[in-house]
Amino acid sequence: MADEKCSLRKEFTKGLLRENPVLRLVLGTCPTLAVSTSMVNAIGMGVAATIVLVCSNIVISALRKVIPGKVRIPAYIVVIASFVTMVQMLVKAFVPALDSALGVYLPLIVVNCIILGRAEAFANKNPVLASAVDGMGMGVGFTAALFCMALVRELLGNGTLFDGAQNLLKVFGDNVLGGFNGVTIPHFTPITAFILPCGGFFVFGVLMALANKISDKKKLPRAELHGCDHCPLSATCSKVVSEREDKRI
Amino acid sequence: MTGVSYAAWIVFTAILTNNFVLCKFLGICPFLGVSKKVNTAMGMSVAVIFVMLMSTAATWHLNQFLESKGLGYLQTIVCILIIAALVQLVEIILKKYVKSLYNALGIYLPLITTNCAVLGVVLLNFDNGFTFGQSLLNSLGGGVGFLVAMLIFSGVRSRLETADIPETLKGLPATLIAASLTSVSFMGFAGVVDGIFAK
Repeated sequence: MADEKCSLRKEFTKGLLRENPVLRLVLGTCPTLAVSTSMVNAIGMGVAATIVLVCSNIVISALRKVIPGKVRIPAYIVVIASFVTMVQMLVKAFVPALDSALGVYLPLIVVNCIILGRAEAFANKNPVLASAVDGMGMGVGFTAALFCMALVRELLGNGTLFDGAQNLLKVFGDNVLGGFNGVTIPHFTPITAFILPCGGFFVFGVLMALANKISDKKKLPRAELHGCDHCPLSATCSKVVSEREDKRI
Repeated sequence: MTGVSYAAWIVFTAILTNNFVLCKFLGICPFLGVSKKVNTAMGMSVAVIFVMLMSTAATWHLNQFLESKGLGYLQTIVCILIIAALVQLVEIILKKYVKSLYNALGIYLPLITTNCAVLGVVLLNFDNGFTFGQSLLNSLGGGVGFLVAMLIFSGVRSRLETADIPETLKGLPATLIAASLTSVSFMGFAGVVDGIFAK
């Protein structure tokens, strides 16, 4: 029993640092760059993705013996897309401001490689509880990375912190936290470039360099992106691809 | 705006000011992963243009039908399934009947199924309320924009290989910072397209 608890804790914490989906596995880069312009959006996106991740991990893990191996990717996509649609409807109903802020990136959680990647790498081999915890850890790790990005970008690019926090807090009722709606840094001229696309790439690059520095110190391999190797679909196609590529050359 | 200049505006906005990769962050994985060699970058981009056009053509009428039945919320599921099935189908057909095209594009096709740029362009077309023709133009522009970004960036990366970079920044961080500078260059187009076409 104690062993089980210990391993569950391990599943959870690995997503935070050692296998952080964004900074270590380099998955889900598109939403990371796109929605990290404000901290509120980043948290909203992180929570939405975490819910989808946990739910789809649970269902896929529960069905892992039922889904035939050959059609597993389409089956996973259907499960994930269903949960994304549910989350999308909930967000539209309860947090409309977040829905308009995230725009097309909310339905695009379907193709977020973290979710399909976890389904393929973890949920289809492990029991339900472990998969749920794994999803939770990865989701929190994703949210943390988004939060770090957004903290830097919003602070430098807009001169604010938690701007528009009431948009999220409204779910819990009016005037939560005394109507806290973010703070503006006084006497600071924002460097607008940081909330523009180029700032996104730049902050991500610097954050990645920081993660590399820590990895080097801990003697861990650096985060790298080698073509298809990191793609969650690599199990189904990368071998085929590299074989074909070899033949062509 | 007249029809023609609006059409031109859609295409050039999608290529330059709203570049899918560098301004909308769609399709970052292939952008960072497959842009090392100009040849692969070219093949991947042409395959993306192809799939974007095909999936827009396949999903637009279907979405119209879903909306008319009040089933708009099924958009995401239906689109991703159609795209996935379509890509597989195209791969099989090309393999059997158009060998030369398959040899050029085939290896990239499976990778594109879960590429967010493809689903992204389809959903953006719906959100913007484009007509069928405008949707196709927007997809074409988005695909060409992807091609332009990939080609420019593969050139930047070949320079990066020989550059003297601090140890910590080597690898992905340097690539990302280079992408940031490439993105700056696309900001310059912001006023140009509107100034020419949107009078």
